[in-house]
Amino acid sequence: MAITVKIPTQLRAAAGGVAQTQASGETVGAVLESLFEQFGDLRDRITEDGDLRRFVNVYLDGEDIRFISGLETSVVDGAEMTILPAVAGG
Amino acid sequence: MSPTGAEVISRIKAQIEETDPGDVNAALSAGDRSAPILIDVRETEEFEAGHLPGALHVPRSYLESRIEGTVPDRSARIVLYCASGIRSALAAHTLSELLGYEDVASMTGGITLWKDRGYEVDVPRAMTREQRDRYSRHLLLPEVGSVGQQKLLDAKVLLLGAGGLGSPAALYLAAAGVGTLGIVDNDVVDLSNLQRQVIHTTSRVGLPKVDSAEETIHALNSDVNVVKYDTRIDATNIMEIIPGYDVIVDGLDNFPTRYLLNDASVRLQIPVVSASILGFDGQISVFSPYVGPCYRCLYSEPPPADLAPSCGANGVLGVLPGTMGLLQATEVIKLILGEGEPLIGRLLLYEALSTTFTELKIRRDPECPICSRPPDAITDAEMGVFPDYEAFCAAAG
Repeated sequence: MAITVKIPTQLRAAAGGVAQTQASGETVGAVLESLFEQFGDLRDRITEDGDLRRFVNVYLDGEDIRFISGLETSVVDGAEMTILPAVAGG
Repeated sequence: MSPTGAEVISRIKAQIEETDPGDVNAALSAGDRSAPILIDVRETEEFEAGHLPGALHVPRSYLESRIEGTVPDRSARIVLYCASGIRSALAAHTLSELLGYEDVASMTGGITLWKDRGYEVDVPRAMTREQRDRYSRHLLLPEVGSVGQQKLLDAKVLLLGAGGLGSPAALYLAAAGVGTLGIVDNDVVDLSNLQRQVIHTTSRVGLPKVDSAEETIHALNSDVNVVKYDTRIDATNIMEIIPGYDVIVDGLDNFPTRYLLNDASVRLQIPVVSASILGFDGQISVFSPYVGPCYRCLYSEPPPADLAPSCGANGVLGVLPGTMGLLQATEVIKLILGEGEPLIGRLLLYEALSTTFTELKIRRDPECPICSRPPDAITDAEMGVFPDYEAFCAAAG
């Protein structure tokens, strides 16, 4: 499963400066693992003890995975995953 | 021999359907779905002196060019009226014979007979000649018109921050004629602000932002009443500042106040148009308490400080808050007018470098610590008491 993962501004420094990348996996959790293999520094920014950190939201094709099946949410080929921490700048 | 004008009118009246004011009044009073769309075809001055309740205004002189914008559905039941029933008869003839409207009638005797029968008339507050000129491009829009413009003139909008987002939002809301603009900001204008905070000027560096913003707003539109709060909004003053406003524009630059604002606005059931910016990216949503999710449904916790960079530390493209602030102003105006589909339950992301917009769904969290409870479930003892968000966020970092 090839998935496009969009990286927010705050996390790009830990992802080689890219705004989006390709990752793969059958579930959201597996796609994130594939992402962490590329950019190890992202792991602690996004997860804690294997779970998503509470201030990070993950969307799969526009839907919040918390309201689907969390990290177990299955992923289809060509899906778009958005990682989104809160931003306060004004 | 050519017919006289009276003969033409008489002939046209014979070709159209006419309806009695009593029948129109009965259909309107029933208030059901069979009620016709009422259109006043008189001139603007006549309409503004008083019209039938709920009537839309399309002057006969603009009938052909504006009717489709006002009534796109050609099968809708339409009742036209004027002062005495002549102009509306001619307009009804035009709609049915030339424009293909299928169910059109002219009200006999016009508003004169309507009034004689003692039926209700709405008398809108009249706009001045200058206002009619200033807002003329709004008055042409069926979604705004004089009724919508009056809503804007009566509206009270609070801007939290006269910075990157607040500057463009305030400018356009002022230009649009929003009658009261409250501005909360305790900063002074700094040279480094001027790359994006377009309501301020070089000559006002060092002056309080609320004073600078007021000067620009009044130079643009003296209709606007500016209420200045030269203070930093916090738990001690938020319940004094925000009640009474119809909509709040969140252009805040820090998490503690965003969470505080959320909780207070849910408690008071005031919608918040919230945007945030960083670098080349922005996000915007509308948090309408109990209608859609709140800020805590979206972000249950703020990130720790090392993941919460500010524009001051990380930079921001000067144009970006312009784009996002104007999206906020647009949402504010939609909320005031009650038109369109506001960004409730939707988070719009804008990435300037790639020029992409992404829409994400936000759902109400059934376990939200704030909006899962009704506002009146909050006791008096809790009212106005907020957790210490400063410490909360410091601890999170």
